[in-house]
Amino acid sequence: MTTHIESNDHKLVAKSTDSSVGESLRVDGVTAAELESKGVHAWFGERMVLQDINLVMERTRVTALIGPSGCGKSTFLRILNRMHEIVPSASLAGQVELDGDDIYDPNQRAATVRRHIGMVFQRPNPFPAMTVRDNVLSGLRFNRIRSNRKDEIVEEALTKAGLWSEVRDRLGNLGGALSGGQQQRLCIARALAVKPAVLLMDEPCSALDPGSTLRIEQTVKEIADEVTVVIVTHNMQQALRVSDKTAFFLAQDGNPGYIVEAGPTSQIFENPVDPRTADYVNGRFG
Amino acid sequence: MTTELGPLTPDDVDDVLDDLSEEAPEPTARPLKRIKPREFKTSDIGVLALSGLSSFSIVWILFTQLTLLSGPLGFVVMWLPVFLGLYWFVNRQLFNRQVAVDRLIGSIVTVGAILMMMPLVLLTVFVFQRGLPQLTWHALFSTQQGVVYTPGSHNIGGVKHALIGTIEQVLIAAVIGVPAAVLTAIFINEVGGRFTKSVRTVVTAMSGTPAIVAGVFIYSLWVIPFGYSGFAGALALAIILLPTITRGTEEVLKVVHNDLREASIALAAPEWRTVWSVVLPTARSGLITSILLGIAVAIGETAPLIMTIFGSQVMNSNPFSQPQAALSLLAYKQIKLPIQSQIDLGYTSALVLFIMVFAVFILARLLSSSLSRKGGGKSKRSILSYTRWTPASAMERQDEGPETEFELEMEPLPPDSGERDQR
Repeated sequence: MTTHIESNDHKLVAKSTDSSVGESLRVDGVTAAELESKGVHAWFGERMVLQDINLVMERTRVTALIGPSGCGKSTFLRILNRMHEIVPSASLAGQVELDGDDIYDPNQRAATVRRHIGMVFQRPNPFPAMTVRDNVLSGLRFNRIRSNRKDEIVEEALTKAGLWSEVRDRLGNLGGALSGGQQQRLCIARALAVKPAVLLMDEPCSALDPGSTLRIEQTVKEIADEVTVVIVTHNMQQALRVSDKTAFFLAQDGNPGYIVEAGPTSQIFENPVDPRTADYVNGRFG
Repeated sequence: MTTELGPLTPDDVDDVLDDLSEEAPEPTARPLKRIKPREFKTSDIGVLALSGLSSFSIVWILFTQLTLLSGPLGFVVMWLPVFLGLYWFVNRQLFNRQVAVDRLIGSIVTVGAILMMMPLVLLTVFVFQRGLPQLTWHALFSTQQGVVYTPGSHNIGGVKHALIGTIEQVLIAAVIGVPAAVLTAIFINEVGGRFTKSVRTVVTAMSGTPAIVAGVFIYSLWVIPFGYSGFAGALALAIILLPTITRGTEEVLKVVHNDLREASIALAAPEWRTVWSVVLPTARSGLITSILLGIAVAIGETAPLIMTIFGSQVMNSNPFSQPQAALSLLAYKQIKLPIQSQIDLGYTSALVLFIMVFAVFILARLLSSSLSRKGGGKSKRSILSYTRWTPASAMERQDEGPETEFELEMEPLPPDSGERDQR
């Protein structure tokens, strides 16, 4: 990424309409930030689904969350950008800090948090009634960010998502007309266009074919220079391929999920401390 | 792929993508005999036609030669079982029992569908038969004003005043009712909260309210203080179309997949933004269909108009004062009169009404399909199929055949809550 674009980025975000509280969080939105969860617990109704999650997701690194189904990985991910709270029965305890600011501070607006912490979902969900271009710009539109260099933003976001060369002539087509893998990369571009500090990815490849999966993994590696990535995956090879750090989640017999072990990816896969981690990464269960 | 640990380089990706694009095996050169097991072959059509013909002949002989029965209804009632029995028998000779039963059930269902269509066809034929001879430019563009009732005279005036009245009343009703209905549906489906249930109950109750009650309500509320007017009729019609459109819109909004709302929320969109920029555009074609269908229902209503617009034989293009005419009310009034030419005018009015409602239906269909096709060849499929998204359907998306336009309303997805609770 060139310095030219970075200087423009600053202008882009300075025009945004953050509340004064939001400014204390992060206004520049250009560089990646560190995300840390401290003692996070989560409930759906009275059922506790996550227990005491402490995890540092380091700046410009890819953190992979692995573990069997139902162990609370996705719930944890949704806690990280306050998507958890849109489920009526959901509640939580603990803190999540973005560069030291608690995103659950009562003065913090959920929308501000979500603008800085973007999300890509399991199933590609571009807005079907919008064109490719409008999809990329939707985050700006939703946040009433004005910019007179929208074309550049579109090109830059799509390039980062590895989609530009495929759709440059089809920016006016509807987002739903792309293939599944392209749709997912469009969703990544859409999330990147608002310059998030952190990008959360909830099993982004589970609905895609192997070729698209690989392209997305490549995209993840490339964007990690400028955004902190947290990726949930069921595919251990994928965690191995893309991540710098891995956290292994486990939930036993309907008990809440917890982190068994977290550390550098190479250590988790080659030299895990906990025998359950070794069993899981070697495919003996899960 | 290497088993070494380490970052994934672009070269690795290219290698793997190259490997993945290796050519598939050549298709075999042998000539293949292709079958379509579900196809209805020529011989099957022959069996069907001959069974129909034979059963017709048998019943004809029974009816006209051997007995003194008569009448088309009795003929059809006898023909159907004879046909079904014969069709089963012939198929039983050709195939095994299962196939014969399968064909029999299939033909029963088809016959049932045809029978269900008959009232509509008969109604259409009847209305056209009675109304079409009098449907001239004169009838469309003149009113009943100053007409002397002379039996046998063809100069009985036209339906212009009623046509104008209906158009004005329905437009006003739509202006009042459609925004209210759509907002109500958005409240029920998107906003939610403590009152969701009670609002939905009220809407359901409203859709069950007899139309005449809406008329009585407006009569006491508006007509007694302000007098008869087209506007009073529009108010009553708005009451009629509100629940219809609300329920239709609610169904359409339900079909918009929750993934899209979540995507919008994750992009920090405020709630109104999610509804306005994501949910409504996605549901656009179904939304327009349900609005137009609600309006079509209102066009045909008679009961709420009796006590609100009162009816008029002269032109009154001002909907806000003095009684007005409407097509449905005109038909109702004219057909009760004892003079043939007046009755004929009633049928003309009914025919014009019929054509209007039909035009709105056609418009609804055209709009819903052209809107969802806007922006490129594949997009029509993508909007509609997205609303019924499953991982499997996404993979098959490239191979899917054409979809029917109205499936959008017919197959609402189950709510997503169950899936989310499992997390």
